[in-house]
Amino acid sequence: MKAYTSLSEVKDAIQKGETSCQQLVEFYLQNIEKKKHLNAFLEVYTDEAREQAQQVDQKLKNGTAGKLAGMVVGLKDVLCHQDHGLQSSSHILEGFISQFSGTAVQKLLEEDAIVIGRQNCDEFAMGSSNENSAFGPVLNDADNTRVPGGSSGGSAVAVQADMCLVSLGSDTGGSVRQPAAFCGIVGLKPTYGRISRHGLVAYASSFDSIGVFSKSVEDSALVLEVIAGADEYDSTSARVEVPAYSQALQKQDKPYRIAYISNTLESEGLNSEIKASVEEKLQWLKSEGHTVEAVEFPLLDYLLPSYYILSTAEASSNLSRFDGVKYGYRSPNATNLESMYKKTRSEGFGAEVKRRIMLGTFVLSASYYDAYYTKAQKVRRLIKDATDKLLSSYDFIVLPTTPTTAFRLGEHTADPLEMYLADLFTVQANLCGLPAISLPNGTDKEGLPIGLQVVASAFAEDKMFAFSKYLMEA
Amino acid sequence: MKIDKATLQKIAHLARLDFEEAGADKMVADMTEILDWVEKLNELDTDGVEPLTNMSAEQNVLREDEAKEPLSHERGLLNAPKKDSDYFRVPKVME
Repeated sequence: MKAYTSLSEVKDAIQKGETSCQQLVEFYLQNIEKKKHLNAFLEVYTDEAREQAQQVDQKLKNGTAGKLAGMVVGLKDVLCHQDHGLQSSSHILEGFISQFSGTAVQKLLEEDAIVIGRQNCDEFAMGSSNENSAFGPVLNDADNTRVPGGSSGGSAVAVQADMCLVSLGSDTGGSVRQPAAFCGIVGLKPTYGRISRHGLVAYASSFDSIGVFSKSVEDSALVLEVIAGADEYDSTSARVEVPAYSQALQKQDKPYRIAYISNTLESEGLNSEIKASVEEKLQWLKSEGHTVEAVEFPLLDYLLPSYYILSTAEASSNLSRFDGVKYGYRSPNATNLESMYKKTRSEGFGAEVKRRIMLGTFVLSASYYDAYYTKAQKVRRLIKDATDKLLSSYDFIVLPTTPTTAFRLGEHTADPLEMYLADLFTVQANLCGLPAISLPNGTDKEGLPIGLQVVASAFAEDKMFAFSKYLMEA
Repeated sequence: MKIDKATLQKIAHLARLDFEEAGADKMVADMTEILDWVEKLNELDTDGVEPLTNMSAEQNVLREDEAKEPLSHERGLLNAPKKDSDYFRVPKVME
């Protein structure tokens, strides 16, 4: 069976009688089995997916099927799916069963998407290589000696290697776009608040966003259209109307205005082949009659430091709920309540999660709060104002998704700072709450995928999708 | 910012974490390195800048204060490591 790259292809094939949901599920299950060594899935819902496929096939026959009938999806292990396991790839949530479905997951199910399993990731979505999982690393299908990126590594690889058509991940500092770039697929992080966070395990609440992995821009648009919107369970979810993104993918008639950040392209750590691939695309846009201009962004070097202060502070607060009382792992070695908390957390969390909790606790502690936390909040305001100002005179900022292509397993595990640099170009969108997408843009000499990133104004996903489709067809 | 062992232990207690000898040394080194790195922010003049504290475009999202049961008692206790019929159980707090 051929691998489909969009739901519209799948639907055509179903209509022509070339395939069915049941056949699709078998195809993906076989691939999951064949590619087991990639370690992308933590759990596969074999029987349930087969049953669901049968029901959706019936609905398709009856003409009662939802918008996503024929779409087989996987969920990053940070999304609540009622009566299914959820661990955030951590020992501390051992045995946890979701008591409800998160809003995004619920909306997928209501439109007849078939959920095939839950996917490996960095523990609590903290990492850029998927090497921080309690269940071991995920391997990149393009080269098994390399990482898939993170933190949503399993979700990216599952789409890359045809184990499902679409995955839902989460993006706090680049955790959808960076692995999408490393795996050669489309990765979307929408505007902050566009998708309800209800039922998403919290890492850093003012940054967290659910995101979408797909092979086509169309699917990204369609899935966002289904899962976006205001939600009574998340007071930060935006009440801005959700356009029919999938119906508005035509590029605008007048030329686009595109900015690229020159000090991004000149940054020291940027791989020369990635730089060339961005420049080539910019050149092409120019030749097509669009305005393409270089701008300076003097705050570039302050993005990651402010991101790490603020995100670790929020993480230390969010992760205080894992104390062994209400769910998950409880240390058997405790002698009293306090030692129960401490032993449970020390035994249950991995090294990177502890490091971030410690940093976050430090920057929030009474003596250092103003010097670190408030300072970073002020810098965040400067970054957001400068970026919004740029986007008031341009439609998009185009930049590389990542400084390098997929690195080798173990290459950056010794030094946390080296690993943090992998998010250099992606954190800006999270610091500013802006929508951004990573698009496949060729490969390097070794055949490793390169990603191109487009950042747009808040709630301008419709425009961003249309432009992305145009870029992909170039 | 050089983190010393005493600061580390104080922060660890606040975070309800324990670090054994080897782990503590590594954490001291990592935290010192990362804090030195984030101190780059001090190069920026932020006098008079209002801290950005909230990313949501929404304000005052309120609802009626109605009694509901979003999660049943049984489901609430479903994942408890130790429970009885009504409560989460923890080690004894008072002698």
